[in-house]
Amino acid sequence: MQQRNWEHFEHEADMGLRADAETREGLFEAMGEALTAIITEPAGVRRVETVTVHCEAPSNALLLVDWLNALIFEMATRGMIFGSWHVELDGQKLEGRLEGEAVDRLRHQPVVEVKGATYTALSVTRDSAGRWHGQCVVDV
Amino acid sequence: MDLNRLVQDSEYRWRLPMEGPMRAPGILFGDREQILQMDDKVFTQLYNVTLLPGLVGPVYAMPDAHWGYGFPIGGVAAFDAEAGGVVSAGGVGFDISCGVRTLHTGLHPRDVDAVKTELADALFAGIPAGVGSRGSIRLDHRQMDAMLEGGARWAVKQGYGTTDDLGRTEERGCIDGARPDDVSDHAKHRQRREMGTLGSGNHYLELQRVAAIYAPDIARQYALAEDDVLVSIHCGSRGLGHQIGTDYLREMVIAAPDLGLDLPDRELACAPIYSDLGQRYLGAMRAGMNCALANRQILTHLTRDVVRRLLPQARLDMFYDVSHNICKVEVHVVDGKPRELYVHRKGATRAFGPGNPDLDETLCAAGQPVLIGGSMGTASYVLAGTTEGETTALSSACHGAGRAMSRRKARRQYSGRQVVDELAERGIVIRSPSQRGVAEEAPLAYKDVDRVVDIAEYAGLARKVARLEPLVCIKG
Repeated sequence: MQQRNWEHFEHEADMGLRADAETREGLFEAMGEALTAIITEPAGVRRVETVTVHCEAPSNALLLVDWLNALIFEMATRGMIFGSWHVELDGQKLEGRLEGEAVDRLRHQPVVEVKGATYTALSVTRDSAGRWHGQCVVDV
Repeated sequence: MDLNRLVQDSEYRWRLPMEGPMRAPGILFGDREQILQMDDKVFTQLYNVTLLPGLVGPVYAMPDAHWGYGFPIGGVAAFDAEAGGVVSAGGVGFDISCGVRTLHTGLHPRDVDAVKTELADALFAGIPAGVGSRGSIRLDHRQMDAMLEGGARWAVKQGYGTTDDLGRTEERGCIDGARPDDVSDHAKHRQRREMGTLGSGNHYLELQRVAAIYAPDIARQYALAEDDVLVSIHCGSRGLGHQIGTDYLREMVIAAPDLGLDLPDRELACAPIYSDLGQRYLGAMRAGMNCALANRQILTHLTRDVVRRLLPQARLDMFYDVSHNICKVEVHVVDGKPRELYVHRKGATRAFGPGNPDLDETLCAAGQPVLIGGSMGTASYVLAGTTEGETTALSSACHGAGRAMSRRKARRQYSGRQVVDELAERGIVIRSPSQRGVAEEAPLAYKDVDRVVDIAEYAGLARKVARLEPLVCIKG
């Protein structure tokens, strides 16, 4: 299993997400998990339903925003929360397979809905060791 | 914020002086302590806005300003379309037309005390709030477009409230120029089950007691008296507005080079007002405003149903409804001449002074009510727009306390249970689907709203009229 990491970072009004991973796919998956963690504990989400999303953008940074916004849209319109993220990338095209369940207000105790991913403090970079790093501020 | 980078014009007014490519100065309102405590990023964001094309006059930061995205929250900037001015999706934000609506109830706090817990439970059950809540209203495509064109007027026609509500609503309940065709199917889909919902985060519905009156003359005209009970609803355009923001921010970010815009921060995403993209955004944003007005109108109706069930004597008449995330066309006098400007207020409230023709005749003499939201245990305020506010900051005032602490820090510092219990000891009943959400919205995570409002008054932005203290708070 590849090493993966994510964290929330300080933003005065909203919430910053930051992650790193060995692969670009892993980075996007970790950012998906960081997004769910704003709302509820990801480990508490059951994987009972699968949703597929597609995104395409002219740069990795814009693709990250599109990916997060796709997750936000699916959560909002389906009334779901996701606990598993599988990303496949072909250049700047992304296919994501999400597993999750309908929001259960008692069990998930959802904190806050995410309105959208912003372009503030946005970056996707690769360090000299080949590891991918990304961050984004989301509006809550 | 480093005070050495600012010029102090007066005790409560600080200036980013013109330099380099700035098109106008930046102005911050606050006392020394507030300015010192503001994040340096507020300075950077204010500076960045001064670089945008077609800017007219200074860019202002209200006393509750804090680090936003693109524009600072609490930022005000005006652009002239004739001078190549822009409209910025980042300057409005995701929650288009988020605002506060306040209702008179005709009740006394002792009426509420008799049924407080029951009332809190009934409101929590009757007002869809928080993640996972769903409204009971479903709109088909035709109804959705009618709502986006008609705003609160559409809602009243559907039976949610009365025409009396409209006169006291900004734009009399419906802004002209909304273009539902410029709102994506995604945005409409996202709104399908969200009409009549409160949302989450800092959105709330509160019963409040008028705890103090500061300007008895204006309070009389506003029909406010000490120990009146009011209802305030803080929310916006819900998923539709969020998706309009998402859609147009992306389009503006990508189109910027082709539009000849060299943006210092991608989040300042904008388009010339006289461009296809600018016009489409304006049409969609106005539809978003109508959605917010309709939503607050439906929530008013739901609130009336619940409160009257337990307190049949309650009146629940409209006091006022005003937005604090919007771009509007207004005429302001610049260098002695009236000019039509596109005024962006992001986390700032319009504050028209007495005599403004846009005000309902019953408010014209007193000036526009400016509704300042609190955060559960903290006070809210009613201010009044002033004549001097026109020249002080384009008739704009603050919108709330502004966060002093990030959500992450608040979560580490407080527990939801602790916050609920402490507020209960003060007689404030909280209902929320999430304890962690309550912790993140803890009263002490916000700046001192009393000081923010005092500064707004000292700086001449608005006049303090009444202080409201919470009795019951439904948090999303």
